[in-house]
Amino acid sequence: MTHININGLEVGQEIGSQEFLLTRDSLVRYAGASGDFNPIHYRDDFAKSVGLAGVLAHGMLTMGVAVQLAANWVGDAGKVIDYGVRFTKPVFVDVSEGALVVVTGKIGEIDTENGIVRIDLSVVFNETTVLGKAQAKVRL
Amino acid sequence: MVNPNVEGKKYPATAPYLVGREKIREFAHAVMSSNPVNLDVFAAQAAGYTDLVAPTTFAVVIQERSLATVLADPEADIDFSRVVHGDQRFVHVRPIVAGDELTSTLRVASVKSLGGHSMVTFETEIFDANNELVSTAISTLVVRGDE
Repeated sequence: MTHININGLEVGQEIGSQEFLLTRDSLVRYAGASGDFNPIHYRDDFAKSVGLAGVLAHGMLTMGVAVQLAANWVGDAGKVIDYGVRFTKPVFVDVSEGALVVVTGKIGEIDTENGIVRIDLSVVFNETTVLGKAQAKVRL
Repeated sequence: MVNPNVEGKKYPATAPYLVGREKIREFAHAVMSSNPVNLDVFAAQAAGYTDLVAPTTFAVVIQERSLATVLADPEADIDFSRVVHGDQRFVHVRPIVAGDELTSTLRVASVKSLGGHSMVTFETEIFDANNELVSTAISTLVVRGDE
């Protein structure tokens, strides 16, 4: 069902980019959907009491939105078979402006024999990379 | 500090979690998915799935259920208020779909100390009702020391 021909791909080739605006509403929505109700993700007073600059996005929310680029590229989210990240920097979510997360992706590795392509994602907030080694393997 | 003796410890299977269609949609909206197989049953079926496909990171919901058993284990001695998520990976044998009844077992893969902090890696295996492996979730938590 995929429209991508693996033989036409090259390592280093860009697959596009997507922007995601995370707002406080997004954090509340993700808290409910995931069951992660840690108050550092919705209460400034609590976040500050544990030494944070303010409310930050769930790392898993940033991880979850970033992979959408790979899922949309392959067309079928069920074809993302392996996905890992390192949480390197927090994404602080301003109460009025939110936080704009910019995701770009390129082909990191091509396994023609098994029809698997690794997408390397760059996930940036405020000109800082917030997810390290963000790699998604998709089956074509 | 996390008790290093829990390295290798296995935790028993969690109670079955029934994956609902609306839960998948709710999670898909939360991670800003516009992928048709996450949202539209006909699109999912046209792509060969029995029902809606869960987003790639949905398995975290199952992983958290196993993790809760470790955090409640006095032997592991993990202070959740000092926990920071270090890294996370999901390896899917097949996608999770609506209607799946999932259980998970967790193994403490490693406990390491690093400059007063502990790094604990958990491996959670997620099984369907036929006891077939669906996904493995690997998570490293950093537990900050007392200082």
